[in-house]
Amino acid sequence: MGTVKKSLPIIGMHCTSCAKLIEKKLNKTSGVISSNVNYASEIATVEVENHVKDEDLARVVADAGYKIGTNIEEEKKKELQSLKVKVIVSSILSFFVFIGSFPEWFSFIPNFLANPIFLLLLSSPVQFWAGRQFYLATWSGLKNRAASMDTLIAIGTTAAYGYSILSILGITSGTYFDTAAVIITLILLGRFLEAKAKSHTSDAIKKLLGLRVKTARVLRGDKEIDLPIEEVKVGDLIRVRPGEKVPTDGEVTEGQSSIDESMVTGESIPVGKFKGDTVIGATLNKNGSFVFRATKVGKDTMLAQIVEMVAAAQSSRAPIQRLADSVSSYFVPAVLMLSVFTFTVWFDLGEPIRALINMVAVLIIACPCAMGLATPTAIMVGTGKGAEKGILIKDAEALETAHKIKTIIFDKTGTLTIGRPIVTDVSGEKILEIVGSLEQGSEHTLAEAILNRIKEKGIKLSKVSEFKAYPGVGIGGVVNGKKYFFGNRGEKNEIIKRLESEGKTVMLLESGEKILGYVAVADVLKEGVREVVGKLERKGIESWMVTGDNERTAKAIAMQAGIKNVLAEVLPQEKASKVKELKEKYGVVAFAGDGINDAPALAASDVGIAMGTGTDVAIESAGITLLNRDIRSVITAYNLSRATFDVVKQNLIWAFGYNVILIPAAALGYLNPMIAAFAMAASSISVVLNSLRLKSIKI
Amino acid sequence: MDKLLVTIGGICVAGLIYWFFFGKRDEAVVVASEKVDILVDGGYKPSVIKIKKGQKITISLIRKDTNSCLEEFVLPDFKISKHLPLNQKIEIEITPNEAGEFPFHCGMNMFRGRIIVE
Repeated sequence: MGTVKKSLPIIGMHCTSCAKLIEKKLNKTSGVISSNVNYASEIATVEVENHVKDEDLARVVADAGYKIGTNIEEEKKKELQSLKVKVIVSSILSFFVFIGSFPEWFSFIPNFLANPIFLLLLSSPVQFWAGRQFYLATWSGLKNRAASMDTLIAIGTTAAYGYSILSILGITSGTYFDTAAVIITLILLGRFLEAKAKSHTSDAIKKLLGLRVKTARVLRGDKEIDLPIEEVKVGDLIRVRPGEKVPTDGEVTEGQSSIDESMVTGESIPVGKFKGDTVIGATLNKNGSFVFRATKVGKDTMLAQIVEMVAAAQSSRAPIQRLADSVSSYFVPAVLMLSVFTFTVWFDLGEPIRALINMVAVLIIACPCAMGLATPTAIMVGTGKGAEKGILIKDAEALETAHKIKTIIFDKTGTLTIGRPIVTDVSGEKILEIVGSLEQGSEHTLAEAILNRIKEKGIKLSKVSEFKAYPGVGIGGVVNGKKYFFGNRGEKNEIIKRLESEGKTVMLLESGEKILGYVAVADVLKEGVREVVGKLERKGIESWMVTGDNERTAKAIAMQAGIKNVLAEVLPQEKASKVKELKEKYGVVAFAGDGINDAPALAASDVGIAMGTGTDVAIESAGITLLNRDIRSVITAYNLSRATFDVVKQNLIWAFGYNVILIPAAALGYLNPMIAAFAMAASSISVVLNSLRLKSIKI
Repeated sequence: MDKLLVTIGGICVAGLIYWFFFGKRDEAVVVASEKVDILVDGGYKPSVIKIKKGQKITISLIRKDTNSCLEEFVLPDFKISKHLPLNQKIEIEITPNEAGEFPFHCGMNMFRGRIIVE
């Protein structure tokens, strides 16, 4: 009994001992001659007797607690390799068939090369070995009464080849072995180049997957041990040293550092991380050393979720594709019928040879592939490019709609503004010192804003005694022997009125009845908001702002942002209905916001744009998520959508135009079948290349 | 005489092509509950699958056809596209939460089928 060698990808190994275990189990299995499991490449090489089935081996591996996977990349590579061999061999054969068919042009060739029998010998391997896949596909299609691209090529080349054999038998005259062989070679070459180009459309995913970290330095007792990432559990404490990548998602428990998160979020400036801050797996630790507790591992990490989302978006269908979809279902049978008519008409015109040639040309020139590839390849490259820039796109529809928006509604807090108050105006540094001293124990957000400012300025605080809080009004206490009150009892002077009209909250420092100074705080605009609103306006997109704030505060912020349309005092639950109202009035509406409150509004809009990592709910309801939290990415997302769909349109126009112009040209006898094969191969490749162009487009 | 024969023959062949590809009767509908096997060979067998709303179903695909078009299995409404290596089972899980008809097709949309969710 013979034996065969199989290589099986194994899933779930995390150490070399796992590999040994599988090896042992496999070796004990009856029918297995030998086995070798490589941990690094995750491949088991097994020599088995012929009767052993893959399923038997899978069961053994499963009993040991692992799985046999399908290594799709490996399979693709193998298929590509066998295609390459076919292309090379048939190119060489076709070359000789071609020169042998035109002895009048290539007078230097020996006589036997021009012999029809010799040409038959050379072209038969091309026809039936290299071209075998066309026949197989045609046959399996016909069994189901369906036809594809391969049907056209099989019929076209068989007609040329069969006619030539009839000539050898003396029934007809003239041989066309060159036509059949060159067509097959060119189509295979086209497929090879197309497959190579297509593999680059998923580069973004490969890049993201490449970011994964393989090991983590886990704290166990007072020891630090390096563990494979698969063994890290939620709750493990992990140390990250300068220059290392953060292995998984978690929360800093000790130490501090700044982290470059650009590879995941697209945020180019390193982010400072302190105790309690969250860190993202696969990001790069810059200068400090810290310990963090793993909160998410494996497929729950942000990187894994991003990869999953990008892969899903790349598989989704854009509405624009529908036309191409409906055409392609009628395309091949229609071309078959047209080729029959072409033959009949030319034959009736008294040109039997041209009838055959033109029929073959019609079959070969028709290219449904380009139509099928036009949209998906562009979507793949476009969504991948977005992911690289920190723009996560949920599906092709969101990407398509994004460049059609007429109106965009920004949520104020956290989207246009930074989302927490900061000190904007102070009447003097001495005031800040006293106010800070009073506020030092307080946890109010306003106190936080003041204390942050004090930290920035490096001001030293004094002790406070007799501290007292007056809810809703302010606080009081004694600093350096003097009694103070800080808050707002409703006094108004010119300065206060001016500051309040700017949407700021003003608090006064008083001692006795005397006002000593003021501190104003406000939630301020993020960097770049005005620029974004201006750019949108130039693109003909109207900006709106929606907020729960009162009219005055809302208008003040909107004015700074350059937004003319304000919806103030809108309760969170009303935001979605406001979106719907604007949709009815203005057409395609985008909503940019974050947080759970915004989820209904994000879902109600045509394109929901969620800012930042936000919450899962927001990401789920949003078509586009801006991971870098940068409002300027709204413009980038718009430009990406525009660029992607420009490419889609070019591709569709090209693919349709190509068929609409060249099929009749072939029927009318203006195309040689070999030129047709070249044009047809070039047409699908050019569509893929045009989509890949998106990678280098500046957005 | 030749011309007449070819003309009549041509019309007949064209008619035959039309009947062969467009005159197809409706495909048999397979009602599936937890798992369904689809054979990918010159199309999808079965090509119409009926399932219940809200129920998880595993679709197991095996491609026996070398046609490069069939390499890719696309179920756009569920954002699924899978490369199908020859003669290897690939499983897909879906839980449809909406009723309706969801088409699936090969990479270039020349072979089609659909999932009917009730």
